This record gives sequence, structure tokens and C-alpha cells, in this order.
Amino acid sequence: MNLIKKFENYLVENLDLAKPELKETRRGFGDALVALGKSNPDVVVLGGDVSGSVRTDMFRDAFPDRFFSVGIAEQDMMGTAAGLALTGKIPFASTYGEFATGRPFDQIRQSIAYSEMNVKICASHCGFTVGPDGATHQSLEDVGIMRILPHMNVITPCDYNQTYRAIIECSKVDAPFYIRFYRDNSPNYTNPDAPFKFGKADTLYDGTDCTIIASGLMVWESMMALEPLAKDGISVRLINMHTIKPLDKEAVLKAAKDTGCIVTCEDHQKIGGLGGAVAEVLAQEYPTPVEFIGASDTFGESGKATELYEKYGISSHFIAEAVKRAISRKK
Amino acid sequence: MFPNLKNPVFTDADDLNEIARQLRRDVINMLLLSKSGHSGGPLGLADIFAALYFNKLSLLPEDPLNNERDFVFLSIGHVAPIWYATLSRRGFFPTEELKTLRKVNGRLQGHPAPLKTHGLPGVEIASGALGQGLSIAVGAALGLRLSGKPNHVYCICGDGELGEGQIWEAAMTADHHKTDNLTVIIDRNHCQIDNRTEKVLKLEPLADKWSAFGFEVFEMDGHNMKEILETLDKVKKVKGKPTAIIAHTKMGRGVSFMEDDYKWHGVPPNDEQGKIALSELAPTKYGDFVDYYGGK
Repeated sequence: MNLIKKFENYLVENLDLAKPELKETRRGFGDALVALGKSNPDVVVLGGDVSGSVRTDMFRDAFPDRFFSVGIAEQDMMGTAAGLALTGKIPFASTYGEFATGRPFDQIRQSIAYSEMNVKICASHCGFTVGPDGATHQSLEDVGIMRILPHMNVITPCDYNQTYRAIIECSKVDAPFYIRFYRDNSPNYTNPDAPFKFGKADTLYDGTDCTIIASGLMVWESMMALEPLAKDGISVRLINMHTIKPLDKEAVLKAAKDTGCIVTCEDHQKIGGLGGAVAEVLAQEYPTPVEFIGASDTFGESGKATELYEKYGISSHFIAEAVKRAISRKK
Repeated sequence: MFPNLKNPVFTDADDLNEIARQLRRDVINMLLLSKSGHSGGPLGLADIFAALYFNKLSLLPEDPLNNERDFVFLSIGHVAPIWYATLSRRGFFPTEELKTLRKVNGRLQGHPAPLKTHGLPGVEIASGALGQGLSIAVGAALGLRLSGKPNHVYCICGDGELGEGQIWEAAMTADHHKTDNLTVIIDRNHCQIDNRTEKVLKLEPLADKWSAFGFEVFEMDGHNMKEILETLDKVKKVKGKPTAIIAHTKMGRGVSFMEDDYKWHGVPPNDEQGKIALSELAPTKYGDFVDYYGGK
């Protein structure tokens, strides 16, 4: 019996799990900005000196009068973005994850979240995958920091195609957004024609024994766990929770009721991120065994992304083990 | 009540001084009612607020988001009472509402609250955490210029506030982008909550600092109405660079026992002190929004 039930509409046709197309999520951001630049004259971009790294250089070169360089000054960048929003512009402020959230937290809190400014904070280089750069540049707290802010919406797309679609969609919503993506090439496997439904989770695979709720790059990592689990006779539902806030509570509760246990997976601290968000819903509305995959209250270190995923316990075989643990806790 | 948009309400310095005195009385009455809030800064800024809102600014109280409005950002949110009093006297909302300062369910929050959440006409974005206003002002100036609009942007900063690094980041951005539609007004009262500014963190030579950061710098007596009006005219004539006005003021101006005393940064007057304050600030033809002492 085939225990892996794929929902075709969310994934590219003829997806080769062993050899997927590789593409940068940050490039999806950069390409989407150029498309928005052409279609919407109100879209403006702020550069914090890393425009080549975060792929805003393409917008800068195409629309130089709508690109504002503010230098290495993230606090000023967030305030400037808020001011631009007050004049009817749709500003995208981008830098690395840690510097897009930790450094300018107070500015985001007061001038963007509390003030409900239409600012899109776009963070590249998130999670463990900036590897060799080490702990200072590995943003593992950003989702938590942004998620606790009232009015803030938090999006964590899983690949190039979804990052592109998420950027286009969030430009249409007059509200503050935090969008998280990554530096390295990663599998590009979602259907480019599938609509990005803000706040509505994508169920990629259906299953009966457990549900994995994953975000960002960990969606692919979770897909890699499905076959080994199927070999052990375990059928798993896999949800791509691309919107962390507002969380799709309905999908979480349905998963808990249908499969009886949950594993959350994120390239982020377990505390405060997707795992915390899912657990908050379940604890209040439908207590269910949950296992968490993510950084265990620790900073990272230098190393290759694959090495760090191993050392910090978030690669696919850890996910498979967590699924078994979760199932064993079911009553 | 008053003529609108680009027409000054008053051109005569005596008229502006009288409305400034009423704003000071309003501040005292608001603080007596709220029994919490900042006295010194709001009193020190009354003349500048009167000059801006009753003479210089392009605005339409009944249409606060009018496309032709000038933008005002109050980076020092704690001086909110003078802003609220000014907006109210200028017709943005009824003076009756001044009674609700710092009260639950009110729009007159202790520090200015955002338009989208609290809906107070004239206040567009939150302030309170210091150092953030100038960045917002620069962003607005860039946005207006991109849209080809002539509106001017004013940002009011404190002197103690200049300890915040973000101010100088924003100053660099304003200089880099040559935002000549932006004026920062620095309330140079030499006082902050702990002590005199030069004892807490040295600021001088302040004019040289702003000048070195690319601003055309003006200095004025922030209590001399003629000088205020003249300086506000001068800044709009500068092309190719942002402007800074160092407004020499006295914290607590108008109330003898508060004047130039940093201890009045963050406290309201008690009933006895309020009575003396109101006796020093002669009543005006506009009348108070409350008779706090009930004629006693």
C-alpha cells in the first residue's frame, strides 16, 4: 500500500525528489521586486548596504529613483520605511535576518507594528544555512521576535517559487509584514501556478498517523523523511505552514484531530517560533502530543549547513525519529 | 473657527503670543486633570507650536490627511500635551477632549498613539521611544519628493534625545539624499530627566555637529515670536540640503518655579502649584476648557 499521498496542485509536475531544481529563495524576492516595480509605481525599496546579498540590486538598477540607500543603519531604515509608507508608498526594507529584527526591534515595534505602517520587512540569510558565517549571522530568533508583535504578519516561504508569490501577494495587503528567506540554493519544488493564500496552510501530503507542520527550508527536509517513515509503515500528513502569523488554526486543529499527534519543524529556535505557535493553539483548544524540531535554546556556530543540520538535530532523520516519538505518546 | 490650509490664522506676533499663552494654560489644566505627565517640555515648546500651527503650516483641520498638508513628526512623544492642546485649539478635535489626557479608552494617550489604532486627527504615527522621529521624517520627505509634491516636513526633537544614535543615522540619510523639504527643530532647553544635558552627555558644539552632518543650521530664540516666524521662513528657502533649527528655549517657560529646572521634565503640578502656574499665565480671550478650581 502506498502510504505517501501527494496533493498534486501544490508541487511542480514530475518532481524528482532525488534531483530537484535548485534556486535561491532570496532570488525569488529579488525577481518579485522587479516585477512589482514594473506593475506598481508606489513600490519602493530601501537598501542597507547588502543589496547584492539580498538581491535588491536588480530593483535598484531597474528603478534607481525608487531605491533609497540608507547605509548600514537598520534602525534608520525601518523608520525611513515607515515615513515612506505615510506618503502612500509601499516600502520593502531588506537586510539579513538578525539585522532586520534584532537590531531595529524598537523601531519596528513603535513605528511599524504599533503604528500599522504598510512596511514589508524582508529578511534574507535566515537560519542555520548561512553556515560558515557563524552564530552572529545565523538568525534563529527572528520569527519569535516578529511573531509577538501585535499587527505584524509573518511569512516563511519554502522555496524560490513560493517566495516570489508571497512577495507579490503581501504587496497587495495594507499591513506590516515580515518575510523570511535564505541565502543558499535550495530545492525549488512548489507549483509556480499554485495561488499563495496568505494565512492558509498548504497540505502537501496526506496521512493518518502523524502530521508534520513545517516552515521554510524544513518543508523539504520533512519531505525527505516521508519515504523512510513509509517503509516503517507510518503514514504522515505534511503541512507547509508558510504563514506563521496569522496562524491557520483550522489546519492545526484538523491535523490534531485527524492524526492525533504533531511534529513541528523549523530552522529557528523551538522557543517562540512555529513550534511555539502551534503548541499555543493546541494547548488551548485540543491538547495533543507535539514534538519540536528546531534549535534547542542554543546559538549556532560555523560549519556547512548540512553539518549544522546534523549537529543541531534538525535534518530529516531527526524528523523521522520525532514522528515516531510523537506517535508513541498518543493514548 | 479659523481660516484654513495655506492661510495663516494669525500674522501678528501679539496674536500668536496670546494663543501660545492659552496653550500653556491648557497644558497646566490637562496635567492637573491627569495628575500624570510632563510639564517642562510642553510649556517650553508652546511658542513654536503656536507659530507652526497658527501661521506657517499648510493644513486643513477638518481634513487632516489632505494631500497638501505639511507633515509634523513629534520625535519627543512625551511633550504630547502641547501637541494635543495645539491641535485642539486649531480645530482638529473639540477642546472638551483635552480632559481625557492619559485616561483609559481615550485618544489622548500619554505618548502619541497611531492614527490607525486611536484615530486622533493630526497625529499620524506613534512616538514615545526616543530617537525615531527623524528617520520617519526623512522617509516622508523622500516619499513626497518622489511624488513631486511641495509639502514640507517638520520633525521636532529634544536635545537630550540626540543621545540616540538613530538620530545621527537619519541625519546622514537626510544629507545623503539632500532632503531640502525637511526641517528638524531641536528643542535646546539644556534639560533632560536626570540633569542638565551637558552633565548627562555632552552635546556641544551642537550647531557644528549638525553642520558637519550636512544641514544648513539656524539658531533662534524659541520664545521670540518674530524670530521664530523669520527662521521658519528662512528654512524653506534653503535648496539642496536639509535644515536644522536649534531653538533656544527654557523648560517650563511661563511658570516661574518651573523655568529652566530639569526636575520639571516628567512631573505634573499638584493643585497648589497649578494654581500658582495659572495665576502667572494670564487668562486669554479664548477661555479655558475646564474650570479646574471651580472659581475658588
